[in-house]
Amino acid sequence: MLESLTVHRLHFAYTITYHYLFPQLTMGLALLIVILKTLALRTGDEHYDQAARFWAHIFGINFAMGVVTGIPMEFQFGTNWAQFSRAAGGVIGQTLAMEGVFSFFLESSFLGLFLFGEKRLGPRAHWWSAVLVFVGSWLSGYLIVATDAWMQYPVAYRLSTHGEIQLASFWGLLLNPWAIWQYAHNMSGAVITGSFVMASIGAFYLLTKQFQDHAKTFVRVGVIVGLAASLFQLFPTGDAQGRMLAEHQPVTLAAMEGLFATQQGAPIAIIGQPDLQNKRLDNPLQVPHVLSFLTYRRWMSEVKGLDAFPQQDWPDNIPLLYYSYHVMVGLGTIFIAILLLAAWKLRSGTLYASRGVLWALMLSLPFPYIANTAGWMTAEFGRQPWLIYGLMRTAQGVSPQVSSGNVWFTLIGFMGLYTVLSILFLFLVYRVIEHGPREP
Amino acid sequence: MPTIWFCLIAVMIAAYVVLDGFDLGAGVIHFWVAKDDAERQLVIRSIGPVWDGNEVWLIAAGGTLYFAFPALYASSFSGFYLPLMIVLWLLILRGIAVEFRGHLTAAVWLKFWDVVFAGSSLLLAVFYGAALGNVVRGVPLNEQGYFFEALWTNFRLGQNTGILDWYTIIVGVAALATLALHGALWVGLKTDGPVQARSRSLARRLWWITLALTILVTVVTFSIQPEVPANLTTHPWGYVFPAIALFGLASMWWFMRCQNDFKSFFASCIYITGMLTSVVFGLYPLVLPASTNPAYSLTIQNAKAGEYGLRIGLVWWIIGMALVMGYTIHVYRSFAGKVSADAGEKGY
Ligand code: HDD
Ligand code: HEM
Ligand code: HEM
Repeated sequence: MLESLTVHRLHFAYTITYHYLFPQLTMGLALLIVILKTLALRTGDEHYDQAARFWAHIFGINFAMGVVTGIPMEFQFGTNWAQFSRAAGGVIGQTLAMEGVFSFFLESSFLGLFLFGEKRLGPRAHWWSAVLVFVGSWLSGYLIVATDAWMQYPVAYRLSTHGEIQLASFWGLLLNPWAIWQYAHNMSGAVITGSFVMASIGAFYLLTKQFQDHAKTFVRVGVIVGLAASLFQLFPTGDAQGRMLAEHQPVTLAAMEGLFATQQGAPIAIIGQPDLQNKRLDNPLQVPHVLSFLTYRRWMSEVKGLDAFPQQDWPDNIPLLYYSYHVMVGLGTIFIAILLLAAWKLRSGTLYASRGVLWALMLSLPFPYIANTAGWMTAEFGRQPWLIYGLMRTAQGVSPQVSSGNVWFTLIGFMGLYTVLSILFLFLVYRVIEHGPREP
Repeated sequence: MPTIWFCLIAVMIAAYVVLDGFDLGAGVIHFWVAKDDAERQLVIRSIGPVWDGNEVWLIAAGGTLYFAFPALYASSFSGFYLPLMIVLWLLILRGIAVEFRGHLTAAVWLKFWDVVFAGSSLLLAVFYGAALGNVVRGVPLNEQGYFFEALWTNFRLGQNTGILDWYTIIVGVAALATLALHGALWVGLKTDGPVQARSRSLARRLWWITLALTILVTVVTFSIQPEVPANLTTHPWGYVFPAIALFGLASMWWFMRCQNDFKSFFASCIYITGMLTSVVFGLYPLVLPASTNPAYSLTIQNAKAGEYGLRIGLVWWIIGMALVMGYTIHVYRSFAGKVSADAGEKGY
């Protein structure tokens, strides 16, 4: 049997990973729907309103999933990580409570209006309700990322005499530099998901010769917005995250890159398997000096490898961390390639007839989800063995009285329930896609 | 400062129970008041645009509890691990039932979600009541301030309690009756025709049940948690809270006789608020009494967060709540009036 700490971690990892499948589309689509509604308002063309209504159907189903899987997240800090909550609640509770008070109320109130009220509201007020749903979901993204960023890079706190972690500066917490870059990178990741989903469904309609007018709009908007977001994902945001790691979590960076030995002019590994026994990367394909350049902007600068740190501070699952990171970066590169090609064909006016590119767009639907999940796994495994980096070990944060049997029980319960939900979700979304962007 | 937060959290919880209470109640009673699918759809549409916003009060109250009293959040959420997980599953099922029901029209599909909706609403009402009962009764906190409760043991009070014992079950059933009544009044307010007539007559019957259970709960609470009568004797002004509850209950009866749906629903809100504030007042300054050793009890003093955080929190909390009031009113205005039988209004 696994020890109870591991089961608690699995429980949290499973539920949060599942939850995040939905908000990333919510946040991405919220922006795209605002774009469609703006086009509708500007041009007065019913076509864009119909397109927005189609995506609002999918948004509604997706949002419901986000809500019901998000509520457990809020509870699990207390149920599974009680000692962590007790020690740090005064700080991270702030951002979590603000998320409830500022963003969820906003989102849920105006989503009701947006989905149920188009006839009652009129075009301008309906546009506003779409914008407010967008603001609410992006605000909630910020507050939750700020929570996570504080765990990666704790700032603005002081220790009380009983060892509790207390807030020392509200703005320091909210404007944590880590949070700002992490947010920019993460939101752009959500926009990538939204754009690929939109482009992929558009490509599906074009390939099956249905709803061609709308399909072209979907592909066009998806490709343009997706390309912008993909480039932004690499530079400046991904790059900035990497340099923050080099500064504040160098051991994490070494593990992500599979860099076992400290060296000057460190190479970047494109592929290779980390080998913990022999403390080296097996079968590597490396480009010399690039890692040094990326982290310090000098080809010959020294990058610390894992050997520079005591082994007890190494992330506890280096291979998984390494692979997650490489999956994310690899997919990010592929996205840029696909979208550049599609955008070039779009300019030359041949995209809607290029079956090859349309196939690629259609089949790419799951990959942004994989990239986002891999990115979070990089961040979370990279933080190990710390729960709050440098302050509290993960083992010290767990609920002392909750035995592993109980956690197994609820973990399996969530797995079963979420499997049923996934089937329902896919079934309902499939029906919306089958029905297509036409009036009932 | 901790006293202010204690009161604010009590207000948020009361807001949650009053608001989500009516849609839970509507779930509990919908099989009684709506006899065919069209009628049931009416009931669901009366809560469709608002239930999610109502549930956000739970999340916001939970978050506020987390940052204002971290030790209370940590200890109660891990100690009530099992019932909370069950509550989460029920919330998930219920949310899905409301949202996904309308997507298909096949009879089995509708029936299935109706049963899920009714069942999860009913169990949630009972669990919320039982949770309140547990807090009032006290839990076996240890020296570090943690505990873990089984779902049930032998249904008796004492050292080895479970979540469900005879006392918490009584409170659970009382909560069920109260929320069913609250829901019946809401449906009566938002509909007309036969659904409204049935809701009104159901509400009249539920009123008597609620009255009987209120008396019962009050009597047993006074006898099992000495803190409550003690607090009332030392601070007699605290009798205003039970008085508010009584006033709500009595005026509800009167307005139901006059068939004034709006006022009787409002009276029910007052009754619920009165009951909850009475309990909260009775416990103050305890937030989680220990049944093991009174010295282990969590109070607002030993559970609170740092002073600076509480002060700055107050600033944004007030701003945030002002905004929330604004858009809640806006939404309820936009969906004011009766829900109509014509389906053209359905957004998705
Ligand atoms: C579509 C999704 C997606 C794509 C294509 C990329 N990322 Fe990413 N990445 C994320 C989605 C993501 C994320 C899910 O948003 C993460 C997890 C935590 C966070 O802040 O963002 C993340 C984290 C993250 C981190 C921080 C890990 C940590 O905090 O320990 C770094 C260094 C990068 N990314 C770098 C990159 C680079 C160089 C990319 C090159 C193209 C890249 N990401 C593509
Ligand atoms: C603000 C958002 C988040 C917070 C506050 C947070 C917090 C936590 C906590 C408390 C743990 C358990 C302790 C641990 O094992 O490290 C954890 C683990 C984990 N989280 Fe996050 N998380 C957040 C977002 C995410 C997201 C969005 C994902 C994935 C999509 C994710 C993936 C994981 C994984 C995979 C683990 C397990 C890591 C391990 O067991 O080593 N997290 N996170
Ligand atoms: C442990 C961390 C998390 C907690 C406690 C949490 C909590 C919640 C809760 C309670 C809801 C439902 C809100 C409602 O009723 O309207 C929700 C939905 C949502 N969450 Fe999370 N969440 C977490 C992780 C994340 C992450 C990492 C993101 C994005 C960066 C995110 C973004 C959202 C968004 C945008 C919604 C709106 C509903 C939806 O998108 O489907 N959440 N979350």
